[in-house]
Amino acid sequence: MLTLLLLGCFALPAAAEPSAARQQELIHLVRQDCGSCHGMTLQGGLGPALLPATLADKPAEGLVATIIGGRPGTPMPPWHRFLAEDEAQWIVAKLMAGFPQ
Amino acid sequence: MRRAVQSLLLGLVALLLAACVGAPLRGTGDLGLVIERASGHVTLVNTSSRSAYARIGGLGDLSHASVVYSRDARYAFIFGRDGGLSKVDLLEARMVKRIIQSGNAIGGSISQDGRIVVAQNYTPGGIKAFDADTLELLSEVPAEYAPGRFSKVVGLADVPGNKFAYALFDGGEIWVSDFSDPKRPVTQRYPAGQQPYDGLVTPNGRHYLAGLFGEDGIALLDLWQPELGARKILEKYGRGEEKLPVFKMPHLRGWSVAAGRAWLPAIGRHEVLVADAATWQETGRVAVKGQPVFVMASPDGRQIWVNFAFPDNGWVQVIDTLSGKVVQTLQPGKAVLHMEFTPRGEAVWISARDDNRVLIYDTRSFRQLGSLAADAPSGIFFSSRAARIGF
Ligand code: HEC
Repeated sequence: MLTLLLLGCFALPAAAEPSAARQQELIHLVRQDCGSCHGMTLQGGLGPALLPATLADKPAEGLVATIIGGRPGTPMPPWHRFLAEDEAQWIVAKLMAGFPQ
Repeated sequence: MRRAVQSLLLGLVALLLAACVGAPLRGTGDLGLVIERASGHVTLVNTSSRSAYARIGGLGDLSHASVVYSRDARYAFIFGRDGGLSKVDLLEARMVKRIIQSGNAIGGSISQDGRIVVAQNYTPGGIKAFDADTLELLSEVPAEYAPGRFSKVVGLADVPGNKFAYALFDGGEIWVSDFSDPKRPVTQRYPAGQQPYDGLVTPNGRHYLAGLFGEDGIALLDLWQPELGARKILEKYGRGEEKLPVFKMPHLRGWSVAAGRAWLPAIGRHEVLVADAATWQETGRVAVKGQPVFVMASPDGRQIWVNFAFPDNGWVQVIDTLSGKVVQTLQPGKAVLHMEFTPRGEAVWISARDDNRVLIYDTRSFRQLGSLAADAPSGIFFSSRAARIGF
């Protein structure tokens, strides 16, 4: 029980890291399919740039919520069918740090 | 007279000599190029031999790149996402010029007289006109739709009279800029609707259509009578039902008109909308596999080929324009991004990004005729676009 709780605590800030194989899939998804609106280099297109500098002062939870739920009234679609919450958290953390190639 | 004949003969001899030392003379009508989006390359291809004949690199970020052709169909102008504008010679298979014209671009077009190449930009929002020979900047039209507010520009298309029509995503307007005097363009503005996402001009250059993302409907401007303003067609096609999410924006171009009707992607519905191209009344809809991205008529107008947004981007469907029904469903490969017909439509080339292949299909038998390797291929552009209005 205690270990479970502890695990839960540890999992929160860093989120459960997706497996290495899943990380590759997520990187591909972000560069290619998010890239159709945000640009493959994430410098923006129809959607805004998703670069460390442009995201720096935005709360991560808000960005995660945007990815999971989309932004109604804008072209940003909800991705919950394809991304779990912790995967969206991982994506946001990577976006804010500089997204891997 | 003797003199004239003499110099003519001399000229002929010179031409023949030139032909002997250089490569054999050839036209460009069966050439084209494939964008390799991830690596900043283009592969030059021949649609007669169904093969690649050269590859050119150093073109920058080519995600969402698009291409227009010079009127002699020799040069390709490639507009990259990073604002790069590159001019490529199909015959010599080399880049002749490259400039960075903006921070973030989405495509371009070429004027009726072939002298002006215009780029459409997201940031800073607006269009820029360049001399097609030198790529020297001639003029620009910032998309400032309200004081200090600039819009992303979408749907740029050349229209007769050395004019360009385009739409303002944030501004909700259609603009028509007249480049009769290339250094001093004159712009007319027409309110269109909420969030136009792309536009097209019909093959005869008469009607400009802007697809709307923010509302159900399509804005239509009659360029023969622009004073009437833009009106809405296919209004409320969603019938108030909740929209499905759109994971990729559809693309419009002048290939949407076939068999007297316009075939257009719905937004947030897995349907192709059909409207009479004379009355612009809805005449039907075709249920398809997913959110349509490209809805492209074959050159003879008999078929409509449709590809789809993520996650249905492994499918391609073919609609027969006579019956209005889906007659073929194909799975050409992973992440199908684009399709291009050969000039008279006996074959269609399809890019499958995640398979790193371009597939060639026979449009009658739907048999695969061949394939080519390419690095994450996206757009395929054949030189036959050179002669089309609205490209
Ligand atoms: C169909 C186009 C489209 C696609 C595909 C898309 N986005 Fe977006 N996205 C947008 C738009 C437009 C906005 C801006 C919404 C607004 O105006 O507030 C946005 C906003 C965002 C934001 C908020 C940025 C900020 O500065 O507030 C994040 C984060 C984001 N998108 C991530 C993603 C991720 C991750 C994916 C892929 C899993 C993705 N987007 C796919 C269009 C898209």
